[in-house]
Amino acid sequence: MATQVFKIPDSFKKDAKYTFCPGCDHGVAVRLVGECLSELGLTENTIAACSIGCSVTIYDFLNVDSLEAPHGRALAEATGIKRACPDKFVFTYQGDGDFASIGLAESMHAALRGEKLSAICINNTTYGMTGGQLGPTTLLGQVTTTSPTGRNLEYYGYPIKIAEHIALCDGTAFSARVSLDSVPNIRKAKEAIKKAFEVQMKGLGFGFVEILSSCPTNWRMSPQKAHERVRDEMMQVFKPGIYKDITVEK
Amino acid sequence: MTATITDKKILMKGNYAIANAAVLAGCQCYFGYPITPQSEIGEFMSGKMQELGRAYVSAESELAAINMTMGACSMGVKAMTSSSSCAVSLMQEGLSYATSDQLPVVLVSVMRGGPGLGNIYPSQGDYFQATRGGGNGDYKLIVLAPSTVQECADLTYKAFYLAHKYRNPAVLLADGLLGQMMEPVQFKDYPYPEIDNSDWKLSGAKGRDARIIRSYAPLADNQCVYLEKLFEKYKTIEENETEWEEIGTEDADIVLVSFGSTSRNVKTAAKICREKGMKVGILRPITLFPFPTKRLQELAQKVKMFISVEVNMGQMVQDVRLAVNGKVPVELIHKPVGAPPSPEEIVSQIEEFV
Repeated sequence: MATQVFKIPDSFKKDAKYTFCPGCDHGVAVRLVGECLSELGLTENTIAACSIGCSVTIYDFLNVDSLEAPHGRALAEATGIKRACPDKFVFTYQGDGDFASIGLAESMHAALRGEKLSAICINNTTYGMTGGQLGPTTLLGQVTTTSPTGRNLEYYGYPIKIAEHIALCDGTAFSARVSLDSVPNIRKAKEAIKKAFEVQMKGLGFGFVEILSSCPTNWRMSPQKAHERVRDEMMQVFKPGIYKDITVEK
Repeated sequence: MTATITDKKILMKGNYAIANAAVLAGCQCYFGYPITPQSEIGEFMSGKMQELGRAYVSAESELAAINMTMGACSMGVKAMTSSSSCAVSLMQEGLSYATSDQLPVVLVSVMRGGPGLGNIYPSQGDYFQATRGGGNGDYKLIVLAPSTVQECADLTYKAFYLAHKYRNPAVLLADGLLGQMMEPVQFKDYPYPEIDNSDWKLSGAKGRDARIIRSYAPLADNQCVYLEKLFEKYKTIEENETEWEEIGTEDADIVLVSFGSTSRNVKTAAKICREKGMKVGILRPITLFPFPTKRLQELAQKVKMFISVEVNMGQMVQDVRLAVNGKVPVELIHKPVGAPPSPEEIVSQIEEFV
């Protein structure tokens, strides 16, 4: 007897055209978000607050009501949505520049207030859509179009460890960093996204997942080499792990 | 307890009257950050909204406050924020997005001195900020200018109505004088119909395709079509919603044009002029966008002079000149910042012009 083992989640648009670069991890991340929405039965009750950058195109893929926020303001807009309609499921999908540079105040204060929101942040150590400039998570030594000899302390200072900072906020219920460099880690990433969604559903507080992702185009690497860089360089500085989970008793 | 509805007039500060009217208008969400001279609005809202089980957030900045308001508006509820001058500057990005997203944001802007930090004295120095906008791109905000505490209340109702009717941000442009002064005011029920927004608001894609509220139009052609439509809407607003007060213009040689708190002294000045035998009338724009351009054009056929009276370096006078288009002289009487020029000062300057 035939058994269906796979189907496209109901949260996905049927006619979506794939617009990310070859090898980009956004596709995998959007897929995981969509699977979690479907598996938790959230699709019809969800509002997405989208950001600026490559991440904004999530509304081209997901069949959920979406509001496009100005750069960095996704969590302020999400706060307004959730406070207006507390029974809706509200999440943001942002890049590291959006979440942790131009939007750091909005992000941090949403966590501090303990907004019942879920935030997904793609960390690819660069501004992708504008062509690979230095961002808040660019690693020391990393060459970008605005750090032509590599990120040095004298001119650029240090990169930010986002998941650790968000975990320090008292209103945060869950904060984790995951990676999309390998299949086992992709499975872990999905578990973390689901957890960040569930803490909102239970009204426990702010749920956050930082996702280490590759950007082969702007890193000037093949997709395979890009994933090696995620493993060998990014994961050495940005250690994957669960930094806060108030649902687990210590 | 609900907000105050009164049979009789009660004494109230302008800022409280605005906040009370917002609650009575059905404002479900307030987001704000303190700044003098409008902090009473946030103070009133913090207590009242919690008492009524509505939403109140002490935002981390005005940037966040305007975006929170936009988020709430995208859900179709009545939502507002309030601020003043240098902090309204921080909201310009949001206002540009909100016009493009067609979100019914209500912003109360209680003007103080500028530019920069300026001071906390009354001012009308944000006429341009409100009517021209400091945000990017082509857009218009609906701008209502009260001149009494009663109008602070009445035009707050109207700001919610017009914002939702036209899906466009509406600004109540008051100033520190109106915000801080006490005057008798009477609160009636919200007099406007509720606007059906079921065809555009976000609510979750249940039994329909997903909706996207966005301002990003990657293709130039799309943006052209979009802007043409947006400006058709502004034309409709100009045709339907232009509002002004006119006193003694039937036989006037001189028409004084003035808005907001300044117009109060201008009215007294016009009376004094009449007593002196000068034929002086008044045109007080109540909507600054849409501006009563057509009416000024009509008056320009028969009067000898317009004088714009303002507390700034001369901003609205530019719109008066555009309307009059050189037909007759347009002069300016102004004070840079602070209390409006006194009736006597206005009269003596009028006498100099004549």
